[in-house]
Amino acid sequence: MEKHIQLPLTEETVRDLQAGDRVLLTGSVITGRDAAHKRLIALLEEGKPLPVNLLGETIYYVGPAPARPGQAVGPAGPTSSYRMDAYTPRLLALGLKGMIGKGERGAEVIEAMKEYGAVYFGAVGGSAVLISRSIETSEVLAYPDLGPEAIHRFTIKDFPAVVVIDSQGNDLYQQGPQLYRKTDL
Amino acid sequence: MREINVSDITQTVADLFLQANYVIGEDVMDALQSAANQEPSPLGKHVLEQLMENNRAGADESLCVCQDTGLSVLFLTIGQEVHLTGGSLEDAVNAGVRKAYTEGYLRKSVVIDPLFHRKNTGDNTPCVQHVRIVPGDKVHILAIAKGFGSENMSRLTMLVPAAGVEGVTDFIVETVRLSGPNACPPLVVGVGLGGSFELAALMAKRATSLPLTRKHKDPRYAALEDELLKRINALGIGPAGYGGATTALKVHIITAPTHIAGLPVAVNICCHVARHAEATL
Repeated sequence: MEKHIQLPLTEETVRDLQAGDRVLLTGSVITGRDAAHKRLIALLEEGKPLPVNLLGETIYYVGPAPARPGQAVGPAGPTSSYRMDAYTPRLLALGLKGMIGKGERGAEVIEAMKEYGAVYFGAVGGSAVLISRSIETSEVLAYPDLGPEAIHRFTIKDFPAVVVIDSQGNDLYQQGPQLYRKTDL
Repeated sequence: MREINVSDITQTVADLFLQANYVIGEDVMDALQSAANQEPSPLGKHVLEQLMENNRAGADESLCVCQDTGLSVLFLTIGQEVHLTGGSLEDAVNAGVRKAYTEGYLRKSVVIDPLFHRKNTGDNTPCVQHVRIVPGDKVHILAIAKGFGSENMSRLTMLVPAAGVEGVTDFIVETVRLSGPNACPPLVVGVGLGGSFELAALMAKRATSLPLTRKHKDPRYAALEDELLKRINALGIGPAGYGGATTALKVHIITAPTHIAGLPVAVNICCHVARHAEATL
């Protein structure tokens, strides 16, 4: 069934994970979307340090809904990852090991994942309430002015995900549909 | 002449956006269940079951089923015998959106300028409003909370009449193929055929809010909707794009008369939740 994976990801874990594996992630992740990525890349271009060390990190592309009293976060499903593609290879070069989102990644991202050894997990878009139950704490690490788009650190327990693109470049979004495509219509 | 105070509109709009975000329609839940029963992919079936469990939890706990609580879109159909009192209709609608999104723990996802100043407005306003005046003394409000994972995958084209059924079909299926896993399949596909450039898009949007059990009254279009659904599901994209037989739950077509030289086709992609709610005052 599911593989239990402890974060931060080790190089060995990254190597072992295969496209199509169902996983439950436990440990901590950082969050970020378009606006935060844009700021991180701007800092790199100015030669300034980042507000978070990316070495070994896993990033979750998410902008949660507001938490009700007593909740760590509100519903928190994944956003579309392709919007981060322009920024991602530079972050992988800095040691980012895992990404959680939904939807396709560009060829340059997949090449960088193979080069630096990283894995892309899919979370199910539309399961925001279920996912939020696996997020135990949330704190803002940087850019509080971005609200739900700020960089947060979440501690997670048994966060449900699927390996979509593995460190060899195998892509479930290519392989899965091929199995079920009907060409006789 | 019937008088309606716009404060009633504010309250109704607020209630509708809360309902749309927390409670997924029975038609959608039934369609998900029936898809899960038939889905050959084990991972696809698992995803469909997760979606149903998620939607039940949202309704039970008054939580938004998706964190992208959408751009607020409103179709207002106002009877011409109605006199709206107590202030600006547009302001009243925005007040309703503000109330729902700030009091209902919904995410605020609107920026004030698309290009130069992408600053969040903080209350999910302004709402996109479409007003139509019709005979009668009622006000009908259709509220759509449109997420942008799927909105971004939508397309419009101006075909030539010679393109015919084949051209229309190919464009719609290709739009879904290109959306792949990005729009959170299984999808509800809204199609606007005919009219002008902007009317095609409006019809497509409206089509995403029709009940999934609805069949087109014209048997030719009903058959085309079924054929499109078959072609789309043959793509194999499947739930969450992980592969499977359930890529869409329904294709809805709305048509309008058009120009002798044109065949506009708009495809508004919507994820399975197809969040909407409506009320008549």
